[in-house]
Amino acid sequence: MNFFHRFASPREFFRIAGYTVPWLGGATLILIVVGLYLGLFVAPADYQQGESYRIIFIHVPAAWMSLFVYMSMAGAAAVGLIWKIKLAHVIAMSSAPIGASFTLLALITGSLWGKPMWGTWWVWDARLTSELILLFLYLGIMALYAAFEERRSGQQAAGILAVVGVINIPIIHYSVQWWNTLHQGATVTKFSAPSIHLSMLIPLLIMAAAFMLFYAATVLARARWEVLDQERRSTWVNEYLEQL
Amino acid sequence: MTPTQRQRLLVVSVVFVGISIASGLTLLAFKENLLYFVTPTEIKTTELPKERLLRVGGLVVEGTVQRDGIQVQFDLTDTANAVTVVYSGILPDLFREGQGIIANGKLTDDGTFMASQVLAKHDENYMPPEVADALQQAKNLPEKFKEKYR
Repeated sequence: MNFFHRFASPREFFRIAGYTVPWLGGATLILIVVGLYLGLFVAPADYQQGESYRIIFIHVPAAWMSLFVYMSMAGAAAVGLIWKIKLAHVIAMSSAPIGASFTLLALITGSLWGKPMWGTWWVWDARLTSELILLFLYLGIMALYAAFEERRSGQQAAGILAVVGVINIPIIHYSVQWWNTLHQGATVTKFSAPSIHLSMLIPLLIMAAAFMLFYAATVLARARWEVLDQERRSTWVNEYLEQL
Repeated sequence: MTPTQRQRLLVVSVVFVGISIASGLTLLAFKENLLYFVTPTEIKTTELPKERLLRVGGLVVEGTVQRDGIQVQFDLTDTANAVTVVYSGILPDLFREGQGIIANGKLTDDGTFMASQVLAKHDENYMPPEVADALQQAKNLPEKFKEKYR
């Protein structure tokens, strides 16, 4: 608990995150290179979709991250609302643009994949529509946060919207199970064994780990500057800025 | 946890549970409309309005695909019932016999389905062609050899 309190103090967070971000960024880069090499050059072609299925190595990790980032953001926002921890609000609001980017990436790559395989760029089935709503939720949270003059009010209003929007997450995940959709069912995230060959699963999981580290690196980097701005009247920030 | 924190936790939880129930009921009410497609059995058993755009999904029955120029005719089944689909246009790459597809169009009076768009639905399985071949072979093998391939 002691470590927790220390880490949650803006000054310590700024210092520790400053050391961590370059390492996370470097690890992201290595995993992306390894994952893309294994996925694009080593993994075999698919028995039905041939080479086109390889977009899976971007599309699926991006879609997973769009949900994961949302859950982290809403979790942080809830902690910020209930325990009034400033840093939790900062983490939540720094996550929103990253999550929105992952969602947009999942939608665009999905569209590019849909055209050759399904025969259409877009359909209004439950999976695609609920993912589009997720993008609008992210944009709504970002807009609401920016709409307030005072930072604290923005964080609280956007935090409430983030918590309420969690309801969309199980809907996205189970949409392919609850309704007839054009999008196929889950391959990896289900209770039985993944229905993807090991030679394709390994690069997929490496890319997922890379995207996860990318999120960790970018959210800490964004939160650092947000903390610096939020604490700009405190003495430690002025000392830090004078050192530069 | 202080009493105010507990109270805030309660408020956040109550709001979330309330929203969950409201969304659940809404989705339940819209259940029919959220289905992206109907099955051939639903076409046979329920009275669906003619001259209304429908989507029907199923597997292409093997041996029923007849091509005449760009006009294609095939049967679509959900393994219980089948419906004949007529379509003219470019089929997606994944269209083949035994493949799951979704046809967008209208039912005609004689029971055939005039499609204006055909979309291919693929499954959640990804594997190299050799593995698919081995699985196919294992399926065709006599019962006593099957253990080896599992």
